[in-house]
Amino acid sequence: MDKDPILEVEKLNIRFNTPVGEVHAVRDVSFTMGREKLAIVGESGSGKSQTGRAILGLTPGKVTAQKLAFHGQSLLGLAEQQWRRIRGKRIAMVMQDPKYSLNPVMTIGDQLLEAARDIKEGAAARQHALGMLAAVRIRDPERVFRAWPHELSGGMGQRAMIAMMLMAEPELLIADEPTSALDVTVRLQVLAILDDLVKTRHMGLIFISHDLNLVRTFCDRALVMYAGQVLEKLTASELTEAKHPYTRGLLACPPEIDHRRSRLPVLQRDPSWMEPVGS
Amino acid sequence: MTQPMIEIEDLSISFGLGKDRVDAVKNVSFTVAPGESYGLVGESGSGKSTILRALAGLNPFWSGHMAITGQKLGAKRPRALRRLVQMVFQDPFGSLHPKHTVDRILSEPLTIHGFDDVETRVRAALDRVGLGPVFRFRYPHQLSGGQRQRVAIARALILEPKVVLLDEPTSALDVSIQAEVLNLLTDLRQQLGLTYVLVSHDLGVVAHMCSRLSIMRTGEVVETASADELSEGRLLHAYSRQLLIASRGYDTAAIAAFGDF
Repeated sequence: MDKDPILEVEKLNIRFNTPVGEVHAVRDVSFTMGREKLAIVGESGSGKSQTGRAILGLTPGKVTAQKLAFHGQSLLGLAEQQWRRIRGKRIAMVMQDPKYSLNPVMTIGDQLLEAARDIKEGAAARQHALGMLAAVRIRDPERVFRAWPHELSGGMGQRAMIAMMLMAEPELLIADEPTSALDVTVRLQVLAILDDLVKTRHMGLIFISHDLNLVRTFCDRALVMYAGQVLEKLTASELTEAKHPYTRGLLACPPEIDHRRSRLPVLQRDPSWMEPVGS
Repeated sequence: MTQPMIEIEDLSISFGLGKDRVDAVKNVSFTVAPGESYGLVGESGSGKSTILRALAGLNPFWSGHMAITGQKLGAKRPRALRRLVQMVFQDPFGSLHPKHTVDRILSEPLTIHGFDDVETRVRAALDRVGLGPVFRFRYPHQLSGGQRQRVAIARALILEPKVVLLDEPTSALDVSIQAEVLNLLTDLRQQLGLTYVLVSHDLGVVAHMCSRLSIMRTGEVVETASADELSEGRLLHAYSRQLLIASRGYDTAAIAAFGDF
């Protein structure tokens, strides 16, 4: 990791006020990351997406933290005007499903240009957009530039969305299940694009996923979340040697192609996993 | 030879006319023995769900030959034949009526098919899928994804079918919940002697649940294999092998070698 971290998070907490009382969705999450591929894994409701959104100030919950800093600059209590200088420009986010995240009544090209409106204009912006589409391995950038979202397949739409997020050349990309809606081969091709970008553009990537096998083979490090807390921090390639029974349980659950079992092991949830970590 | 439970011969399904015509399924044939679990694998648009919908009677516009327990399927099906084939859908959020209680969801098919003892059957159905009686008067939004899928399975089984069609039954669930639902489906098949046709994009799920499978691409079956052949990697077609490699995780060298199919 670099000496100068991209992102520092210390004791991040997110709370929601609901009619049935306060929900403490993220509890004391701390991590530091540089130019690397950091995974946040866990089941639905574990707080992984809210953690990602909090970094961009996009969660509707109440965010508190001892430190939430991007290149040393605190992200806590920023005014909307200050957020606009960061969101989409220096930190960008790719959502799960291109069907719902692309504007259906705007061409892909117009959406790409809009993403870089404050940075580049006119012919230069157009050239830049076509270059980005080519960078995410779209074979015919001119056609996709003119296309409407409904004319693209899921894989194409997701690539167009990644291109859009990269228009401003962000330093940190938060990808929330960016490939879950894609077919396996397309999924790997999209990941290869992200991998390239991390290497060539020295970008940091937060990869939010529920797929431990993918994280193990794709990311550098992994945070395992359960009930709003980070239970374990691991080197991704060493996920199979995880200590925590929750991580081990998650790894054992999915059916495997070359290791067939008559029954699948079921996760036995221990109430102690809910208790504050480290106390 | 014993009578196959499901026979499909030369099944073709197309949508649209003229230049907009899409051949979604092209001359597909396979048979499934009673009590067997058969898998259909492929990427989106390969036609696997289209076959399932035609088998379920949800799409009457097909050509070829299909039969269940030797009874030929036509455009119109007698009610007794419809009862034999039930389906579980992919999305447990979209497949249950949001304004019906679990009780109503489960009793409606019984009323339609003229069953007696509705209450006893509803209780038994909930019990069978591991949901207690407390769930009977809940609405779908009060249930988790896994619980909803259990209700969907209970609804499919309440008419005592012989064939259950499973369309990506666990792809919307967390892996830990997926394991519970797959174990439940395995148990039910053994207890009730059911025949399954399972559609999935996940080779692991198919290897676990099925004894044989067809791998599909753009409406055609490219390869039919046994689960043993799949798990030992003995697939013959280049497309099937690529699918198998892609299922194993991220590997830059393998991705660079991917072909366009």
